[in-house]
Amino acid sequence: MKGFLLSLHSEFYKSRKTLGFWASILLPFILILLISIGFYTHADKFTHIPAMLLWLQFAGAVLNIMGALLLPMYAIFIAYSVNSIEHKADTWKTLFSLPIAKWSVYSAKFLYAVILVFLTLLLFALFTIGFGDLLGLLKPGLKFLEYHTEWVLLQIYFKLFLSALGILSIQFLLSLLWTDFLKPMGIGFVCFIAGVISVGVNWDYAYIIPYAHPMLALKSMMGVHKRGTPPTQIVIDIFTHDVFVSLAVFAVVFVAGFFIVQKKSVK
Amino acid sequence: MVIQTEGLTFNFGSQTVVKSLSLQVPEGSIYGFLGPNGAGKTTTIKLLLNLLQSQEGNIKLFDLDFHANRQEILSQVGSLIEQPAIYGHLTGRENLQNRAILLQASKKRVDEMLSLVRLSQAADKKASKYSLGMKQRLGIALALLSDPKLLILDEPTNGLDPNGIIEIRELLKTLVSEHNKTVFISSHLLGEIERMATHVGIINNGELLFQGEMKDLEAISQPLVHIETTNTVDAANLLTKNSYTVIEINDHYLSVTYQSKEKTGQINALLNKNGYTVYSIHKVQKDLEKLFLDITQTPAK
Repeated sequence: MKGFLLSLHSEFYKSRKTLGFWASILLPFILILLISIGFYTHADKFTHIPAMLLWLQFAGAVLNIMGALLLPMYAIFIAYSVNSIEHKADTWKTLFSLPIAKWSVYSAKFLYAVILVFLTLLLFALFTIGFGDLLGLLKPGLKFLEYHTEWVLLQIYFKLFLSALGILSIQFLLSLLWTDFLKPMGIGFVCFIAGVISVGVNWDYAYIIPYAHPMLALKSMMGVHKRGTPPTQIVIDIFTHDVFVSLAVFAVVFVAGFFIVQKKSVK
Repeated sequence: MVIQTEGLTFNFGSQTVVKSLSLQVPEGSIYGFLGPNGAGKTTTIKLLLNLLQSQEGNIKLFDLDFHANRQEILSQVGSLIEQPAIYGHLTGRENLQNRAILLQASKKRVDEMLSLVRLSQAADKKASKYSLGMKQRLGIALALLSDPKLLILDEPTNGLDPNGIIEIRELLKTLVSEHNKTVFISSHLLGEIERMATHVGIINNGELLFQGEMKDLEAISQPLVHIETTNTVDAANLLTKNSYTVIEINDHYLSVTYQSKEKTGQINALLNKNGYTVYSIHKVQKDLEKLFLDITQTPAK
């Protein structure tokens, strides 16, 4: 366990100056900043919209870009980024000749990629809330301050996080095994397109394709209102089909990757 | 024995890269692992560190079986394999600091290592901006960081300038004599191994051709006198008549077996007296290829 924590610490230490790490922070910041600027400069168009719908429009603008398009590509990129740092420096041989168990080195790296994706999605939720409230303060005509979406947004982004784990684990393993950028990226991209198409044509079994999970997660998020819940409250259904499949893929690939790493020769 | 292997064999596909290797590296030795490029040196080192899985044979380090004692063994081994593994986007100090996190070494130890390999000045420069020699020195510092009992170095003087090579050599000698370390060092240069090793193993095409103490090798590896002169064939005849053993003749030079400084002087005088102009005359070590021939032709002891 100690080796695992030391490895995790080292993952943070060595990647804190890389694009992979900073992208996790800058991506949500820049995206939400741009959308906020759009709302700010066109505030008069939104003043007549009631608070709840306004939040849905604002958060929806971010979610549509992030969930449908960016999240799968971002997961592919992060999986590549945490592995390429070792490929580039030719450091696998040193990592696997440390007095630390191989599973610690492997699972710390895996967890670090998961943490980066989690961090990004958490920041997406926090920046959406923060920028929304800021817009409400700067332009009192926008009714952001009259409704609270904190809990809903955190749930949506948590669902998105879970839905991205399948892609992340597959891409992690591909990026670990292949030194070059194009193979995992190319495969990831083709699978992602297949996912988009399967969701686009409403294929019944789209949920078996991990690359379709973030899109499906957004489609399936609206839960059923229980009796007695006020109509102004949004109910989010986190654990849907697609999320379960994503978690299952994650678990299977993680364990398979562990055995591959145990047996793999280090060039 | 610090390293002991028995019947170690490794195949890349159908090609056998390491054939039934039995290494014996005693404690407190500098073991020179000598062989031409492609002989299987790096593969052997990767097998020793379990980076490659051997198909046959077994490996013991510190008299412990590798598989059952992986972490205990690796905590006492420092290694530098092929090109030093360095994160280019981090500075030299950060590279050491990162390894120190993993090995739980202190900041003070990082500074000591930097000054040991003379990188204190360049410590805060990005490692990607380092010269090859600096990278190599940083690689050695990384290998030494955990204060290991056994250092495994794969061609550590590659890319170093002559001063750097001498420093590394002195450093390794000090580590062995004063700090009771064992060093396993590979090289394709006989001269380099001769200058520091106490023990030597010679590998070619994956097979161990020779293993023993340095003095045993010296008996086999006789140096030559390399003479550049006019009319090498006649000069060779003259020397043969005067009971010198001529080993090699071509249009440009001839070589005879080296005996002593005085004898070399006498050869020079003899050639001059008989009207041969000597352009150059000096002692050379046999190159590896010839040494291999000698060893393979020597009956096994």
